[in-house]
Amino acid sequence: MENPEQLIRKGVHHDGLKEGLVKAFLGSLTWGIVIVALLLFGRICWDGVPVLVKPDFPFIDVAFLTEKTETLHVFDDANAERHSLPASEYYQWVDEHGADAVFNAQTYSYSGGGIAGPIVGTALLTLLSIILALFFGVAAAIYLSEYAKQGRFINLVRLAILNLAGVPSIVFGLFGFAVFVLVAPVFTDVPSDRSLFAIPLGFTWLSFQGWNSSLIAGSATLACMMLPVIITASEESLRAVPQGFREASLALGATRWHTIRKCVLPFAMPGILTSSVLSLARAAGETAPIMFTAAVAAKDDFPWEGVSGPLGVLQSQVQALPYHIYTLAARIPTSEYTQRAQYGSVFVFLLMIFMFSTLSIVLRNRVRSKLKW
Amino acid sequence: MTQEHPATPAAASPTSSAVPAIQVKGVDFSYGDKQVLKDVTLDIPTNEVVAFIGPSGCGKTTLLRCFNRMNDLVPGAAVTKGSIIIEGANIADKAIDPVELRRHVGMVFQKYNPFPRSIYDNVAYGPRTLGERKKSVLDEVVEKSLRRAALWDEVKDRLDDIATGLSGGQQQRLCIARTMAVDPEIILMDEPCSALDPIATAHVEDLILSLREHYTIVIVTHNMQQATRVSDRTAFFYLGEMVEYDTTRKVFENPSHKRTMDYISGRFG
Repeated sequence: MENPEQLIRKGVHHDGLKEGLVKAFLGSLTWGIVIVALLLFGRICWDGVPVLVKPDFPFIDVAFLTEKTETLHVFDDANAERHSLPASEYYQWVDEHGADAVFNAQTYSYSGGGIAGPIVGTALLTLLSIILALFFGVAAAIYLSEYAKQGRFINLVRLAILNLAGVPSIVFGLFGFAVFVLVAPVFTDVPSDRSLFAIPLGFTWLSFQGWNSSLIAGSATLACMMLPVIITASEESLRAVPQGFREASLALGATRWHTIRKCVLPFAMPGILTSSVLSLARAAGETAPIMFTAAVAAKDDFPWEGVSGPLGVLQSQVQALPYHIYTLAARIPTSEYTQRAQYGSVFVFLLMIFMFSTLSIVLRNRVRSKLKW
Repeated sequence: MTQEHPATPAAASPTSSAVPAIQVKGVDFSYGDKQVLKDVTLDIPTNEVVAFIGPSGCGKTTLLRCFNRMNDLVPGAAVTKGSIIIEGANIADKAIDPVELRRHVGMVFQKYNPFPRSIYDNVAYGPRTLGERKKSVLDEVVEKSLRRAALWDEVKDRLDDIATGLSGGQQQRLCIARTMAVDPEIILMDEPCSALDPIATAHVEDLILSLREHYTIVIVTHNMQQATRVSDRTAFFYLGEMVEYDTTRKVFENPSHKRTMDYISGRFG
């Protein structure tokens, strides 16, 4: 029975079609992005997983993670059997069978052995840079949020720091090269010829001759790149600590610094660390800042080999995963023999970044549930 | 309860025999261009409870926060005229360190704000700040303060529990215990019961009454019954001026100003 005076009509509202179209449009865009990302990751995993995962115990190709990078030698033996051996094993083979037994020899740079060098290099670079960035970043954030007289000038400083986050990483790379590699001060008994100037200290010289391309120069550059994010995030974490804690502490006769140390920083630290881990993941993936300041394509030693003490480690150049991937992709001809190293490196790298991000999310969730006021 | 108090002195007149704990002499106070206190003068006698009442924005909390120089934290806020003398010292004096001042003038805040640490650590925070490290001394201070705050029996078995797990009233009494742990002479209370339910409020009020033999207490309150229950003297503020200051009984039973009368009878405010 049709009621002619029915107020709520049946059927689709006149805007229903438009509504549906908008939903379909936005949805298809979103799923398009997801599909492209999945294809990309799928391809990397498809080719990367076989490199790293083995069917038998311990299920992971430990050698790929723990061996140094070597040149891959591909050749036929007298029986027309194909061999592909990393340099060290190749020379052993040649010793045993004689150089005459090698036919159709080809070499592929960086494609044999493992990627322990780049992994170690990236680990050292990120570790050192996060220490530097946290130290300077948290110090600056404390000053900006707790001590500085709030006003237009400080807001301007904040804006400048925020903008610094948008500076391209290659610019940071050049900055690091110009400052840390070429003119940063060192203590030395014999100032170098290209020292900008040297200050005699009596027992030694303070010479502005730079740190050369080295672990410390690269870490300092990466730290500069992370600083804006860390300062901003730290300041936000500090501001999130209730004003009541500060007032209560001050009212109990604590000094400002004591209050910050005992009643502000401990409660802000989880937030600071969480955001730092995220920026660490970004820094670990950067190629441009370390290209001129720390990274080398090939290195036979680990950073701690053939140097004297921890200072020597800081002064040594390192391999790094992102730079290694760049080298493998752009500097050597691609073939079926290079794919193992290429996809393996990218896959391991993705795994590392994935671990960092997961760590940061887990950390954040744990902290959120633990700290409530 | 006010009846029990020997509340006879000649009100706000500066002729009181003993030296007052706090002397406010003609104080003007501004936040930037905005003047919030105008020529306030009053004496707060030692070991008495003084209540500040008045409508919101009348400057009573501002005056309270002057006493321990908490307003130093607010940019642009300053006493522009007059002086505040506590225990014989002008607290605006350059030579007076606010950190030192606050050890003598404690403060309890409107919103209870224990640190999210253990109950023990909250009370021990002040003594530890002063450099006390000995466990036995700290134990003693914690127990004494919690006993004075009438909280000891409720928490003695769970001193290591996180303080924010206590009920609101317990948290506020914990904050009072924390303040007493540094052994101040004066305790400022900024609407200590405004976030509490009536039962917790009664607990805190009982506590305030029991504390007056040890401390001089200044309490800001919006609750006029509370002022009559806990205070010996009451100051009524209106628009930055102190309208009336007398014994609580006089202010509430026979105020000398019409405005006070209107306020306490609920005609405005």
